[in-house]
Amino acid sequence: MLSRTAAHLYWIGRFMERAEFACRLVEATIRLSALGHDPQGGQAWRSALSVVGAEGAFGEESEPLTPFSARRFLTLDDENPSSIRSCLAGARDNARAARTAITVEVWQAINRAWLIIRDRASPGGAQATLNLVEELKAEIRGFEGALGRMLRTEGNWFMHLGSSIERGDNTARLLDVKYYLLLPPGEAVGGTLDRDQWTTILQIVSARTAYRHLYQGPLQPWLVGDLLILRGEMPRSLTASAEETVTHLGAFAARSGRQGAADRRARQRLSRMQDLNIETIIQNGLHEWLQAYIAENAAIDRAIAEQFRFG
Amino acid sequence: MRLSVHYTTAYHYSEPPRRIIQLLRMVPATFAGQTVLDWRVNVDCDARLRKARDGYGNATHMLYVDRPVESLAISVEGSVLTDDKAGLVQGLPHDLPPPVFLRSTPLTKAGPAVERIAEATVQSAAGTLDRLHALAANLHRDIRFDTEVTSIDTSAEQACAAGHGVCQDFAHIFIAVARRLGIPSRYVSGHLFRRDGRHVQEAGHAWGEAWVDDLGWTAFDPLNGICTDDAYVRVACGLDYRDAAPVAGARSGGGDEELRVEVRVSEAARQAQAQSQS
Amino acid sequence: MAAPTAFDELWGTSRGRKARPGLESLAAWLADLPPAELDRRQQAAEAAFRSLGVTFAVYGEEESAERIIPFDIIPRVFTAREWSALAEGLEQRVRAINAFLGDIYGPRRILADGAIPPDIVLANSQFCIPCAGARAPHGVFAHICGIDLVRTGADEFWVLEDNARTPSGVSYMLENREAMLRLCPELFEILDVAPVDSYPEMLRETLLSVAPDKAKDPVGVLLTPGHHNSAYYEHSFLADNMGIELVEGRDLVVDDGVVFMRTIDGPVRVDVIYRRIDDAFLDPLVFRPDSLLGVPGLMAAYLAGNVSLVNAPGSGIADDKAIYSYMPEIVRYYTGEEPKLHNVETWRCREPQALKYTLDNLEQLVVKPVDGSGGYGVMVGPAATRAEMETFRAALKAEPHHYIAQPTLALSTVPTFTERGIAPRHVDFRPFVLTGANGVRTVPGGLTRVALREGSLVVNSSQGGGTKDSFILEGGAGGDG
Repeated sequence: MLSRTAAHLYWIGRFMERAEFACRLVEATIRLSALGHDPQGGQAWRSALSVVGAEGAFGEESEPLTPFSARRFLTLDDENPSSIRSCLAGARDNARAARTAITVEVWQAINRAWLIIRDRASPGGAQATLNLVEELKAEIRGFEGALGRMLRTEGNWFMHLGSSIERGDNTARLLDVKYYLLLPPGEAVGGTLDRDQWTTILQIVSARTAYRHLYQGPLQPWLVGDLLILRGEMPRSLTASAEETVTHLGAFAARSGRQGAADRRARQRLSRMQDLNIETIIQNGLHEWLQAYIAENAAIDRAIAEQFRFG
Repeated sequence: MRLSVHYTTAYHYSEPPRRIIQLLRMVPATFAGQTVLDWRVNVDCDARLRKARDGYGNATHMLYVDRPVESLAISVEGSVLTDDKAGLVQGLPHDLPPPVFLRSTPLTKAGPAVERIAEATVQSAAGTLDRLHALAANLHRDIRFDTEVTSIDTSAEQACAAGHGVCQDFAHIFIAVARRLGIPSRYVSGHLFRRDGRHVQEAGHAWGEAWVDDLGWTAFDPLNGICTDDAYVRVACGLDYRDAAPVAGARSGGGDEELRVEVRVSEAARQAQAQSQS
Repeated sequence: MAAPTAFDELWGTSRGRKARPGLESLAAWLADLPPAELDRRQQAAEAAFRSLGVTFAVYGEEESAERIIPFDIIPRVFTAREWSALAEGLEQRVRAINAFLGDIYGPRRILADGAIPPDIVLANSQFCIPCAGARAPHGVFAHICGIDLVRTGADEFWVLEDNARTPSGVSYMLENREAMLRLCPELFEILDVAPVDSYPEMLRETLLSVAPDKAKDPVGVLLTPGHHNSAYYEHSFLADNMGIELVEGRDLVVDDGVVFMRTIDGPVRVDVIYRRIDDAFLDPLVFRPDSLLGVPGLMAAYLAGNVSLVNAPGSGIADDKAIYSYMPEIVRYYTGEEPKLHNVETWRCREPQALKYTLDNLEQLVVKPVDGSGGYGVMVGPAATRAEMETFRAALKAEPHHYIAQPTLALSTVPTFTERGIAPRHVDFRPFVLTGANGVRTVPGGLTRVALREGSLVVNSSQGGGTKDSFILEGGAGGDG
């Protein structure tokens, strides 16, 4: 496979994952700000912006932060590289450039998602935004389904590899924005505001049911941390993402009989995580740990680019 | 004359490029009036040099460097016996029919300034040869030599309108006017032995050749306003600078590039000349 | 300008009263199909094309202007007899084109013999100087030719243009057929239509047949300018269907005269490049130095015989309009036969009498620049405004050698689905002729382009044209007496 094609496929994976995450972020933030603790929704939306690292990019000098302007910024703004439209444009551009390496079904799912948002001028009200996001999520699920039905060869692995790296990054950033809310083990959630915040986080990574299923008790922040960082059963957890990266890199190694720096780094990261527990992480500083994870994730991303000659 | 040429082209890169590929036109041919005695092209790093010939008949080398280098120097050393043929270029081993050299190129496209010179040339003389002589003399008189104002991308029209340039610009204007008058003409790159004693130069030389029906290709140096003589070493020809330049290159990466060219053309000892002629 | 006398591909000259022999069943199908059903199928075709992304970006517009070329589901049909005569003529013409290219870049006998004026070749800007003296691998230059034909009567076919650089449109031939099989399967029961689906395989064989002799298991690639190019859909479609890599210039590197593509497993040697970029962009060391689409060193690799380029650089001169006007002489010179396909009468405005005739008859002529393509800068006399005509008159006087003029032909029509029901629309036809090391082949089909505006004779997709499937009937059933 051409190195350039491989890079396009990897970025399709990343962009589609990022688009989906942005959809869930918008959805959950609408819900959180509707719960009424935060009438202007300012705090909820501000933290949503910081999850995607876009606090600085949002031009508050020219436009005050309101639920509407934040929704517009996160869904449609072409200047915001993390907006849903930017992500889908990026995915489609890469898909077009790698047309011969993806199935018609994969292409159509991406193209349809793009067509939904391409000419959208405004996110509309909260309900209209929810409808938009709902529609997009359906197409993105279509993409994932199409990916699942694609031949299990390099093309497929590169897209999966891209989404596993992106997913790790997204989950880590989401947790990092709320890390100060993670109370020491054993302590119960304080007020309803806190509980709503945690529920929101779980919703963003579609883990509300998973939490109840795995922990069966009342919501405890440190358990949310445990779920999102260490539980391999939870698809969007950092461990699951790290595992997935190892698995897909392993598929290449099995085909070619060769391994590289990306394989080694990814495996080392996973084995370090398997020896961890949430208590240690919180005691040693969750924020520092998450920052290190994000940096290591970026290093693995670079190693992948190097190993498969994306440059 | 027996001329010896030492010609170095040295590149220095701010970051080593991953690979370098260059097309070199640095080897002269032997023809009536020019005999190449010996000629060598050397590169100062691990590189592959492959000889070929381009469509014009110019001898070429392809240069491939496939690993990072901080610098690259190409050096040419050779000696040539020349005769004064009053500009006539005959007996080239490979050449194309003259009509090929009627088409204009982006660098030699006529505009109003070139047009004016074309008209003045027609007024000043009758007959192809006389017009070409007049053209070379007029450019020598009217266009000012200046190394600071034009670049390798300057067109004949731009240089002509500005009224100054280097040998390349003089050659382009000469060609543009000749073609405008329906005379096949072409760009020549090569070297010039300076009788004024300035043997070390910062660049090669360039001039023009035009087709005169009864004579064939005739070479004019509009910078000096004369036909070429035994001080000229003809290396390559083409429709314009781009086709005849000593180097066309590309590289992957490598940041900024610093280029230094040094040409040294000197007259070899008389004795050596006598020996080689015997 | 509706050209009421135009020959109709279905009805001949009967004006809808009697289908041409062999096409009665098509006429009956059309008569029996309820308008609403036709409408439904037409819509389904458009939806399918859009969702597949079979798009076309208009020159000079941004990438966002990806457009679907309108597809019309009423096919254009050739009988077996018509086709076999056409195919013979096409193959003769393409043989001559390749012999011509081999000659002008080699010994130039045709010029020495005075069969055509030497300047028309040598002073032509399409004469590729870097290719002078170069022998194309296996002696083939124009491996893929798209010959544009028009029809004016039952036995009157004319060659309008020989596209010998990188003719496009073959993906529409294939996609149109796919759409027809899905939307109108019954047509293939009542008509014995020759299949076209072998084209990608034929193309692949043609490409690999011209690989350098030393290549044992040759690797072919399709070189595209990239996914913002208007023909990108076709590039990806063909690469996909041939099972070869679709590469951009930046995917290729030349080292020591050999072309490699950059893959995840390291460099892989490339032997044949089906390039869909113009000569001028192939290699910045030799052609346009500002080209980012090409590959530095590619020409050196080609000239060293280490890679084959399809079509070979320099082929473009064969479709130059000044050369076109000499095609009858060229065919005679190289084949020793009379041309089986005719040229449209052409006035070369570089010749004073021709210029005078053109200026005197502007309102009846089509005037074209000699080096243009894509229908830009063409004046169709009978449809031109006074102002357009004056612009061309001035241009003709200023630069006569840039233009040729041709009579306005009454292009044949085909019943076409329009907003106001089925109506005749003018068409042309582009068949694709392949030339490899083992000879010349023509796939039984082609691209029918239709001018969708009433009365219009301009079929270019950039100028509001659409396409139709082209049926070639197989022996017996479709034979007309």
